[in-house]
Amino acid sequence: MKKIILALCFLQWISTEAGFAQTNVSKTEEINIPLSELKIKMVSIPEGTFLMGSNSSTKPNEKPAKTVKLSAFWMGACEITHDQFDVFFKDDNTSQGSKVDAVTRPTAQYIDLSWDMGKGGGFPVNSMSVDAAMMFCRWMYQNTGVFYRLPTEAEWEYACRAGSKTNYFFGNDPALLGQYAWYKANSKEKYQRVGTKKPNAWGLYDMLGNVAEWTMDQYAPDYLKQITDGQLDPTNPPAARYPRSIRGGSYLDMATDLRVYTRKFSEPLWNQRDPQIPKSRWWLTDGMFAGFRIVRPVNQPTAEEVEKFYKLYLGK
Amino acid sequence: MPFSGKSRRNFVKQTGIISGGVLAAPLITNANFHSGASDEIKVALIGCGGRGTGAAVQALLSKQNVKLVAMADAFRDRLDDAYKSITGDLTEAGIAGDIKKLIDVPEERKFVGFDGYKNAIALADVVILTTPPGFRPIHFEEAVKQGKHIFMEKPVATDPEGVKRVLVAAAEAKTKKLNVVVGLQRHYQNSYRELFKRKDMIGDITSAQAWWNNDGVWVKPRTTGQTEMEYQMRNWYYFNWLCGDHINEQHIHNLDVINWFKGGYPVKAQGLGGREVRKGKDHGEIFDHHFVEFTYADGSILNSQCRHIPKTSAKVDELFIGTKGKIYCGAANIRDHQGNVMYQFDKKTENNGYQNEHVELFAAIAKGEYKFADAENGAKSTMTSILGRMATYSGQVVEWDKALNCGLNLQPAAYTWDTLPKSLPDADGKYKVAVPGVTRFY
Repeated sequence: MKKIILALCFLQWISTEAGFAQTNVSKTEEINIPLSELKIKMVSIPEGTFLMGSNSSTKPNEKPAKTVKLSAFWMGACEITHDQFDVFFKDDNTSQGSKVDAVTRPTAQYIDLSWDMGKGGGFPVNSMSVDAAMMFCRWMYQNTGVFYRLPTEAEWEYACRAGSKTNYFFGNDPALLGQYAWYKANSKEKYQRVGTKKPNAWGLYDMLGNVAEWTMDQYAPDYLKQITDGQLDPTNPPAARYPRSIRGGSYLDMATDLRVYTRKFSEPLWNQRDPQIPKSRWWLTDGMFAGFRIVRPVNQPTAEEVEKFYKLYLGK
Repeated sequence: MPFSGKSRRNFVKQTGIISGGVLAAPLITNANFHSGASDEIKVALIGCGGRGTGAAVQALLSKQNVKLVAMADAFRDRLDDAYKSITGDLTEAGIAGDIKKLIDVPEERKFVGFDGYKNAIALADVVILTTPPGFRPIHFEEAVKQGKHIFMEKPVATDPEGVKRVLVAAAEAKTKKLNVVVGLQRHYQNSYRELFKRKDMIGDITSAQAWWNNDGVWVKPRTTGQTEMEYQMRNWYYFNWLCGDHINEQHIHNLDVINWFKGGYPVKAQGLGGREVRKGKDHGEIFDHHFVEFTYADGSILNSQCRHIPKTSAKVDELFIGTKGKIYCGAANIRDHQGNVMYQFDKKTENNGYQNEHVELFAAIAKGEYKFADAENGAKSTMTSILGRMATYSGQVVEWDKALNCGLNLQPAAYTWDTLPKSLPDADGKYKVAVPGVTRFY
């Protein structure tokens, strides 16, 4: 059965992605979410080199374009859904909102932060902070021994482009965007079930639009200036909660904000209606468009490296 | 330094520069005990939890000449945490500028214990009352007695006797022209205000629905060495004298919106509720779900549901059904009965009600205007919640007037660490929980 699924994925890739420069064939596999019957479909992203950013952009934060080299990794075919996230969020074996435990679940939401856009049945999970997204990865690691994390900005753009060099991964014509993305023009201001539009050449769905996707990087306006040409696996480790890099635009954005090189960042306004001080570490009262997908590096780090990584990103 | 009498606010008062029916508020009081500018509005924070700390910061961000001069809390550690938060790095909370210069709370103006509020109130022009709601009636009474402007969080009481005390003090506040804002922040939120203006588009409101369904809140387990009073104070959400049950502490927001749009309060309620999941030792005496049918004087019905049960569907919203259409508060639109949108609020123009309630309050105070008298509605919307609780606890039809005047007082005999609250654990550490059909409504 699994072979058939793989074969089908391959055929789909052949049929929809002809014409794109390609260094490798996308493979997919399904990983189990611990304590559940649910799975996450992962797509293999080949190692390779691409031009990050755009020299023709009018926005200074999107240039100069730099050649970036990336190691191979696996990436979730879809944004993580409420169903998938809830296995972690409602795992009674894990503490909740602990200031002591390394792995802890987000606290309860004060109000319903899906804002009635849909939860069960494949809607993307939303309104979470980058910490909550990364903690999901860490919980996966704790329960499977396999290291997951959020993508770096460079990994995200590389995966989104999937070999393309155009404004969108399907070309330059925004009129085609509706075939590939939920965005302002077709979303009715609600996120939609994941994986219901066409994927990109590597079989990744909703890279543009639907929920915006957290990366693990601190956002720096001049990040492309900082990157050196040919740099391998660039990343910008976090120093502050804001601003963090979030990519792909969302169901609320216009086509001009859904280009593959569009760079967005978080700001405190995304939690302005949290009436408490300190504000929630986990949830955004005004960031209903924020979501994420996970990646798994092919070269898995050692256990010590993993702990060091999570400590850097999650504080302990 | 005594109040100089030369402030801009004083000038407004004396010369009667009042427009649009706005009345002049009394002078900023004689709280200018030290060398602040006479225009400075001095603020005291009573209740230093997460919400109180947030409210204090919102007051400091009200863009008026505000200074936090005193803090009070029953617990030293909560006061210290709050002080550390507001004088620390607030960039993560989105506070761009430095608000440290707006904070002047030396050790002698930090008041710890049950009685510190009196001293803190005396030092301020405006007080922020954000303790657990059981204390609100005595704190509000004291603030009114001392002639202060007031921001107080919802709900404003936990029992009918408390509601009555707030109503009496609310009348006195009106006489004294003290601005009172209650933290039912939907009243200060653009979308709700715009919907309210257009409520006649749906004709007569014949029924309404209100929801606060979600996972519930924190628990503070008992620790060794605590007196019963300290334990209940720490774990206050689960004790009715402090919290009033979640139908009061959270669902009041939704019930209040219905009252607001209806222009009145229910005359009776009946409902059902219980605790299905949240019934451990540290879950005190409150229910984890309530469903209440409130009836208004014109016969219209409010169906209200609130649930604190993890892994169930979540919804926090209000809906009005009228003769000509429906108002969807969360979606911020008005539709006819065919579903056609008759009005859609532009969500890009939404504001932060929590911040705006302070912006408007402090602007009025700075101008010497008397604009806000929220306490009476706050008390009656609190009573609405309590009425619902009495209905679900008893399983009876409970009438407003009887409930309000039943004499129920949940407060302990005294507020000291050694006083025993009225609700006490049995040998297994469990508290007595209401049983419909057995428990009397009061």
